[in-house]
Amino acid sequence: MPVAGYVIIGVVVVLLIIFLAIYNGLVRRRNQVKNAWAQIDVQLKRRYDLIPNLVETVKGYMKHERETLEAVTKARNLAQQLTSAGAGERAKAEGELSSALSRLLAVVERYPDLKANQNFLALQEELTSTENKISFSRQFYNDSVLRYNNQTQMFPSNVVANMTGFKASEFFEVTLAAEREAPKVSFTK
Amino acid sequence: MLTIGMGALLILIGYFLGLYFFDRAIAGLVIAILVWAVLSLIAYFQGDSILLSMSRAKKIGRDDHPRLYNVVEEMKIASGLEKMPNIYIIDDPALNAFATGRDPNRASVAITSGLLQKLNRDELQGVIGHEISHIKNRDVLLMAMCSVLLGTIVLLAWYGSRFLIFGGMTRSRRSSSSRGGGQGQLIILVVALVFMILAPIMAQLIYFAISRKREYLADASSALYTRYPEGLASALEKLGASTGQLKSANKATAPMYIINPFRKKGMKASDLSSTHPPISERIRILRAMAGASFNDYDQAYRQVHHGGKGVIPAASIAAETVPIATMRLEGEAAEPNEIQRARETSDVMWRLSNYNTITCDCGAKLRVPPNFKEPQIKCPHCGRTHQI
Repeated sequence: MPVAGYVIIGVVVVLLIIFLAIYNGLVRRRNQVKNAWAQIDVQLKRRYDLIPNLVETVKGYMKHERETLEAVTKARNLAQQLTSAGAGERAKAEGELSSALSRLLAVVERYPDLKANQNFLALQEELTSTENKISFSRQFYNDSVLRYNNQTQMFPSNVVANMTGFKASEFFEVTLAAEREAPKVSFTK
Repeated sequence: MLTIGMGALLILIGYFLGLYFFDRAIAGLVIAILVWAVLSLIAYFQGDSILLSMSRAKKIGRDDHPRLYNVVEEMKIASGLEKMPNIYIIDDPALNAFATGRDPNRASVAITSGLLQKLNRDELQGVIGHEISHIKNRDVLLMAMCSVLLGTIVLLAWYGSRFLIFGGMTRSRRSSSSRGGGQGQLIILVVALVFMILAPIMAQLIYFAISRKREYLADASSALYTRYPEGLASALEKLGASTGQLKSANKATAPMYIINPFRKKGMKASDLSSTHPPISERIRILRAMAGASFNDYDQAYRQVHHGGKGVIPAASIAAETVPIATMRLEGEAAEPNEIQRARETSDVMWRLSNYNTITCDCGAKLRVPPNFKEPQIKCPHCGRTHQI
């Protein structure tokens, strides 16, 4: 009789340890997703901050591109309003902003004076890098979401996930046609 | 696996030394492990600062070189590294870069000024991606431990074999008279001697093999982070074309560089005795990649090597497809060209040595040394005076 009791206790303890290990793993993954999302946020905010500067610098040179400039400002303001929305909706607004920006940077080609402006060059490096950082942080976020979602859906961790309320996260995907077809921006020619 | 092999070599050396000198294997083992532990601790806590000060690297901030800083930050984000590594520039025309630091939170990347001016943004991204992945994969620590292990083996084998040769005669005579086991002693002497000679060579080869494996992995990671293998491939092409040797490199630190700092021109492919795989092969693998994932790299590797085993640890290969980025946002033509990059880099180097740079209206640049005391300076080109 005591032997069976020990066996039962042993099995329960082992199950408990496995449960805790899986639970901790899920928490770690979920935190990584949150962290990655915060990273995207930082970069998107940085882009909101850079755009007024850019528009200000460029305005004096680009007399005939008022529409392009307005489109950028509008897209930026819209995106900024949606900061508290979900990943899907937000990605759409940010995609809109990206394509408006790349249209603006594409017309810079026509203004050689602008391209010689030190201030603009520094801004352009910042903007290029911020765009890169956005796509790299999106890349990392999506990788983290994939790993986390896999864990919440695959056996046996899905059992733990269901019991303790871990929900799958949303990918940050740019599904906008304009973004996918965005032309390669080149500043000369 | 290979690391365990190296550890086994160390233990065997200790075993033989102990058996011979103290008639107890355990004593030799203790000595071997003690030496290794002390050296490891030094390497662990002081390794990065020793390396950085040896190569006379200068730390830079965001304002010193925004493009380099941004590229490092981009790769930090892509790799999911938690802390921004320190960035150093080495004032050397040779082309190279390395990563160091005992853990991902205390890491540094360093790049020579020569390389910095040679590479465009995509290429720089590829190289930095390679270095960041050394940090992320904890290669720095692994290679530091392995090189200490190697150093210990070489050290012990060197002293061991000298003692065996010069002290062996008296020692074996005394042993044989006390125990009468002359035959056995002689066999141990011979085996030990052969082993002492072979062990450092074997350890060296294992060490090189580990290092090459980590290089492949870092290349694959760089392609994965940047989603653009061509960037690193083209950077490696430029690196391979150069012949300058890095002045400040040494053998122990070689695996941390992006290319072997000691290579000779046209070094034979698939050389066993090198810390790095041949550059031409690394370029071929990167260019053969169909996507940007580890899986794609592994397949490209097998394609270049005509089948056989892959090089990426099976655990990290996921069957996901990662497309290569074809759309690059930055316009190549808007980037500074090589001359502009050279000026930019030399400006940074002067500033880091506390020189004050004044640009005169005539276009000349005046470099004012830090010990220049006069309140104003005359432009030697046009004669205008400038306040300092």
